[in-house]
Order: sequence, then C-alpha cells, then structure tokens
Amino acid sequence: MSEVLKPTTAAQLRDVIAWAAAEEASLDVRGHGTRRALGRPMQTSRTLDLSALAGIVSYEPEELVLTARAGTPMVEIDAVLRGRNQMLAFEPMDTGPLYGMAPDGGTLGGVVACNLSGPRRVKMGAARDHVLGFNGVSGRGESFKAGGKVVKNVTGYDLGKLLTGSFGTLAVMDEITLKVLPAPAKTRTVIVYGLDDVTATAAMAEALNSPFEVSGAAHLPATVAQRSGVDYVRRRGEAVTALRIEGTGTSVTARCDGLKALLSARGALEELHTTNSIRLWHEVRDVASLLPDPGKVLWRLSVPPSDGPKVVAAVAAALGAEFFYDWGGGLVWLATAPTEDGGAGLIRDVVAATGGHATLFRASDSLRAAVPVFQPQQGTLADITRRIKDAFDPKRILNPGRMYAGV
Amino acid sequence: MKMPAPDAAVLARRAEIVARLREIVPGEGVIDDESELRAYECDGLNIYRQMPMVVVLPSTTEQVSHVLRYCHDNGIKVVPRGAGTGLSGGALPLSDGVLLGMGKFNRILEIDYANRCVVAQPGVTNLGITNAVAHAGFYYAPDPSSQIACTIGGNIAENSGGVHCLKYGLTTNNVLGVELVLMNGEIVRIGGKHLDAGGYDLLGVITGSEGLLGVVTEVTVRILRKPETARAVLLGFPSVAAGGACVAAIIGAGIIPGGMEMMDRPAIHAAEAFVHAGYPLDVESLLIVELDGPQAEVDELIATVEGIARAQGATYVRVSTSEAERAAFWAGRKAAFPAVGRISPDYICMDGTIPRKQLPAVLDRIGALAEKHGLRVANVFHAGDGNLHPLILFDANNPKEVEAAERLGADILRLCVEVGGVLTGEHGVGVEKRDLMGTMFDETDLAHQQRLKCAFDPQGLLNPGKVFPVLHRCAELGRMHVHRGQLPFPDIPRF
Repeated sequence: MSEVLKPTTAAQLRDVIAWAAAEEASLDVRGHGTRRALGRPMQTSRTLDLSALAGIVSYEPEELVLTARAGTPMVEIDAVLRGRNQMLAFEPMDTGPLYGMAPDGGTLGGVVACNLSGPRRVKMGAARDHVLGFNGVSGRGESFKAGGKVVKNVTGYDLGKLLTGSFGTLAVMDEITLKVLPAPAKTRTVIVYGLDDVTATAAMAEALNSPFEVSGAAHLPATVAQRSGVDYVRRRGEAVTALRIEGTGTSVTARCDGLKALLSARGALEELHTTNSIRLWHEVRDVASLLPDPGKVLWRLSVPPSDGPKVVAAVAAALGAEFFYDWGGGLVWLATAPTEDGGAGLIRDVVAATGGHATLFRASDSLRAAVPVFQPQQGTLADITRRIKDAFDPKRILNPGRMYAGV
Repeated sequence: MKMPAPDAAVLARRAEIVARLREIVPGEGVIDDESELRAYECDGLNIYRQMPMVVVLPSTTEQVSHVLRYCHDNGIKVVPRGAGTGLSGGALPLSDGVLLGMGKFNRILEIDYANRCVVAQPGVTNLGITNAVAHAGFYYAPDPSSQIACTIGGNIAENSGGVHCLKYGLTTNNVLGVELVLMNGEIVRIGGKHLDAGGYDLLGVITGSEGLLGVVTEVTVRILRKPETARAVLLGFPSVAAGGACVAAIIGAGIIPGGMEMMDRPAIHAAEAFVHAGYPLDVESLLIVELDGPQAEVDELIATVEGIARAQGATYVRVSTSEAERAAFWAGRKAAFPAVGRISPDYICMDGTIPRKQLPAVLDRIGALAEKHGLRVANVFHAGDGNLHPLILFDANNPKEVEAAERLGADILRLCVEVGGVLTGEHGVGVEKRDLMGTMFDETDLAHQQRLKCAFDPQGLLNPGKVFPVLHRCAELGRMHVHRGQLPFPDIPRF
C-alpha cells in the first residue's frame, strides 16, 4: 500500500499538492474511500487522504447556504440539515452497499466529485446545480476559489460545476458551499401495478408533465419489485411504477388525488404514505437492494427518458440483464453478467445512438481496466477534456486516468 | 473603459476581410456601411459605445464555423451578439473585430413533450420558447425582464435569471444541451435530451461564459408544466429591516415562493407614479410574494405568508383575489426600470448579490454612498435570492455625473463583496464589472479561470476585453514554477 498523506490544514493541502506537482508524484485523492471502485483503477504513488479536512464551516438556514469542508461525513451534514428541516435537494445516493461497504459512509467531497444525484433529480436538479462555490488546490499546487456563498451568482466562470463530477482529476476541493432547501413535510407515492416498460414510461411522462409536481418517477419490473422491503410494492407480484409527491400536507393530499385520477385508467393503483415512501425511494436511490447480486456488473445509463425502454429492449435480453428505471425512464440501472466486456460493446453503441452515455458503475478492477468506465469521448470533445486537464493539472498528478486514460 | 489595443494590421485589411466574409455569408449577411453598423455599437449598457469593424449575420452552423475558422486563421477578433439586451456590455464591439450577430438563428427546431424539452436555435427569444409551448400548458422557467427581446443564446452566454429563479433556477439549471462552435471552427455537441451530460460539465462552464468560450448554434432546454395557479400578496413595512426580516422568516418557515421581490421607498414611488399599481406610499419597503403551484398548496401558503408578515410588523397586507389583481401587483415592479427612467434622464442598473441578512445595512450604506457622490439611488431587490439592483440616477449629458455614477456603482459592488456577496447575480461581468474582478478574486483565481478560456480559445480571439481585467497569453498562464525538494511539511500526518 502506498504512503498516505493526510493534511490537516489548507496550507498543508496546498503544500502536499505543490510538492507532488514538482515531483510529478501522482495522488489517489480520497475522503473515506467509499467510492474508490467508481472510475478506472489507478496506479498512483501516494494517497491523499482528505478526511481530516472536515467540519461544517457555516450554515445559515435562512440564507439557504451551507459551507463544509470536503472531508465532512455526509451523515453529519444530513443530521445538521435535518435539525433545521432542510436537505440537499439533489438527494445524493448512498453508494456504500453497492460496493460492499456499510451504509451512511462517505464525504461531501466524494458526493460532489462524483456528481451523484438521486430520484429527485427530475424536479430539483443534480448535485452540480446545488454547488455554489468552493476553494481548493489545483493540480498546479495553487490555492484558488470560484463561485461564492450566495445562491445567485454569475461572477466569472462556474468552476464549481466543472469540478462537480470531475472525479478529483482537476483540483482538490477544500471548502464547498452548497445551496440547501426546505425538506418536505410530507411524502406520498402513487404506485401503478402491472405496466410494461413502454406503458410505464408513457405513464411517468404523463405524471411528470402534469401540474402535480412529481418529484420522483421510477419503474421496477416485476422481478425487481419483488426485492423491495415495502410490502405494497411486492404484494401483487407485478411490475410497479412509482410516482412521488412531496410538500406540505394539504397540497400533497390534493396532488395525490389528482395524480390518481390522471392514472386511474392505466391500472390498479396504491398509495404509499411517508414511511413506506421514504423506504422505497431510498431503495431506488441506492440501487443495491433492488439489483443485489454483487457478482453482476452494474451499468448506469443516462438517456432521453422516452428512449429508456427502447435502449433496454436492445440490450437487456441479449445480455441477460436485470434492470430498473429512474428519472422517468432517463436513468437505467442495468446489471449484467461479468462477461469479457460486461456488455460494454453493445450497451455503448445503443446508448450512443440516443445521444446519451453509459457508465460502468460497478465491476471488477480488471474489467474496469479493460473497458472504458465512462462513455468514450471522440474528436473535439476529447480534445477539450484533455486541454482542461492540461489547464488544471498539467503534470497529471490528481487521480490520473480515473475518468479517461491520459486525463 | 480600456479595451484591447486595435490591431492596425487587421484594420488595414478591412476591405479584404469584408470581401471574404461576403463569400462565406452571401446576400445581406455582411454589414460594413457605417450608418447600418451604428445599430450594433452598444448593447443594453449604452454608456459604452464602439463601432465594430464589420457585422456578420450568419444563418447556418456551417457559416458560423467558416467565419470563426477564417477569423482564427487570420488573427481577427470576434464578438458574438444575441439581441443586444445585455446589461454588462458583453456584446460591446471591438473596432478591429467582427461582430457576429446570431439573430437569424430564429427557429424552434423541435418540441418534445415526452422528454419535456425544446430544441431551438440561439436567436429564438426567451419568451418565444414559452410561447411555442404555452398552448400545451408548458413554459420555459427563467424569465429575465427582457424576455420579450432577449435570445436564448444570449441567456446561455449570461446565465440569465429572472424573478422566478430561486424556485426554478437560472439558465444553467435549465439547459440540457448545446451545439457549440469553437473559435477554430470546430463544431461540438454537448449534452442532449438526457438529464446529465457525461464527462466534465462543459455545459456548466459554457453557460455564463459571456461569449468567451464558443458560439452556441443550437440549444436544448427543459420546459416545465405551468403551475396550476399563482397568487401574490403585497406587503408593506415601516422599515427595510422589517421587510428583510419577513423574507428570512418566510424562507425559515420552509417556503420557497415562486417570486419574492422587494422595492425601497424611491422605487415604490417611481413605480406607483408611472403605472398606478395601487402600491401604498407610506411604507419604507414593499414586498411582492408570489406563491405558485397546485391550488390547494397556494391557498395554504398564502395564509401562512400573511400570518408571518403580520407577525413581522407588516403595516399593509393585500392578497390578490384575481388574476388581474396579481398582474397589477407585478405591473409596478416590472415597470420599475422605466419608471425610474421617467424621474431621471438616465440610470444604470447595478446587479450585486448579498447575503439577505445584510440588506438593511447595505441599503443604509448605499444611501450614504449616494449622498457622497451627489446622486440618487432607487433599489429593487430579488429578495428571495439576495440579488440587489440599485438603480443609479444620473444625467448622461453631464460628464461629471457619468463619472460619479460609475464611481458610485463600483463602490456599491465593492460593498456587496465586502459583506460576503458577489459582483453580479445575473447580468454578467462584461466590461462593466471587469475591472472590479480583483475585489472578489485574486490573481491565482483569475488565472485558473483564464486557463479554462485557453482550453477553448488559446489565441484569445473570442470576445477579448470582457470579464478579465488583465489578459494573459495562454503560454504564459500554462507555465509552472516548480520547486523540487522534500515534502516541506514534516508535520503532515503520514501513514
């Protein structure tokens, strides 16, 4: 195991990275290491451990702004927000169980670096939409900042978005400022039984296009629905299409009634109240309990929502895959057998035809080394990616190759 | 306003450049006649004016690509322009530059309800997108006050906001994809109809890049179902502090209104005199709080907001009971800028964002600064998100007042940064705030931003002189000063 460097101050963080840049010593950047299996395997000379750069720097509920250090545990942030009836509206997934680790692990820096967003993405946006600003150290070993600590800001380039989802390959964030929002007082879920994928996608589109402000739209085929811990989801042995409604009491009741009326012709309906709703949407968000076989290769496909069933039809049977849909059909989780390429060739071609992209979300180190983890880029797009890496990390010391070879 | 020195060699080749551009964009797409060029000499920030060398109005992506490649290969600067409604001088021409007008890209290409998006050319107006889907009950959420004229391409350049962006986001939160032409003529597609584009978040940096990274030739934006209903409540307070406290209390109660606007006394009086909206004149601050959404929710929240307002000492409370009354509440606010235009020969609109809790202190200090500079200021405030628009009143025919207005504007923006805010919430940096960037960012911060620019436009030919106070060459920015040696901090924990 390589040497671990664990800075405890911003100055130490800068000095470590400046030193690594001078020595061209590559760094495996990590918080709690819960998402190390996401991305391409890396060969690095040292580990940069950010877990000591932790703690909430400031939290002002009335300003809807929270600043915390990258190494802050997510459970700490969630607890503090819950204490003021607020939340991170992008609903970051808990990847622990998926990678065979305990739940509730991981740091804010990891969530932001991976741009992980949950079912509420369809209504409230992704992680990148809630990052307001940061300070940190680029691969040049220089401290810098961008964005601000207010919810509306267009001063300079939005480098916070650039770093969100960059998997630590451009800069190491220290303090991150996020937009936070009120948590819903009440959650309900309307479920429709027995729809096939195409009909379910149409029903989800109808619900998302309704005035009822649906904040989650997922479809579980019958075999997947059977694994839910929610009795209502399992009990009929059929596929389940789930639509979430959140907000204040009166409003949730009224919207649920409206949604049920809208969907009544589609099939048998049921309504989940808050506890069951929260349980189901955690299952959808975190994936592991719905597609539980750890020996399977897991793909995350991002496609135009209406193309979801078409993409699945083109790959699932051929690969013997299990799957379910989130984001109204626009996010497909697909578990395939660990064949030589895990289905990459077929999946990538089919997804590329929709304009979307596929991520090899969980696979063995050898498969992730053999097959691109992220949808390969070509031509001008690949050139821009490489030049951005040159701009922020010219010596290729930060998580080298984690997203793309040579980046 | 100091702009990059004109390139004499380029100016000397003007006739040849015009001729070549006419080959690329035939017909009436190239303007070199002085009287016609005049229409392009400024954008919405009209205190800065500059005639462009030539205007090109392409109508296809291929033409844009050819124009940019030609300019790239010949070292000619290019300034992109949408409708020219921007308020920070982002489309201010250069005397030795090609002004690239995108107005002919005015078609909606596809409406896709199943995926809740619209694919449009960048010259379509913001309102044009909403109008195209309104019959089906949909709309495009960001609504800058210039929405009738401003283009979606310009919105992307500036990351435009509007009164509804606390709840529904700015442009950046509503763009799914673009087709972009780089300065060297290369065409690239980023994102699409899927919700998250892969790879580095290029959409996130292009949106709000003020035309410095590339020229957008197609956009895909999200559309939303129009809320079932909207109602507004008009609230008057005896002080700015009480109005500000009410805003904090509403958000503290977990309510995110569709719109929440505040005006101070000078703005209230100007607006009322202009449109007779029925605003109370005996209050120091006026709030418009709009709740939108399902009927049941709006009715419930209106009552909650009313209760909060009374508890916070509101001396005037009026809830809209009809769509006409709601429109009347907004009429005054929406007319605030022209209303101020009636009481002063000229005005400039500043655009800082502050932590909301700082509002009373900031307005007091703006009052003192205005007095110091001998000018008047009216304030309108996107209260929900802390975006403050002080309107500085002055007479452009009086050079001393112009100078004083610029100095006062700079002082106000410095104040916004000092209290923990930012220089611009939604109008962009452009030329207006360019030289103030140093109050918010140090040289290292700005160098990191400029290196991103280098990744898209290494020669710095696209819209130079905007955003960055000092232009560095990309080669210089790329250099690294490394000091080899032992890891300097022996006390860093190592395992």
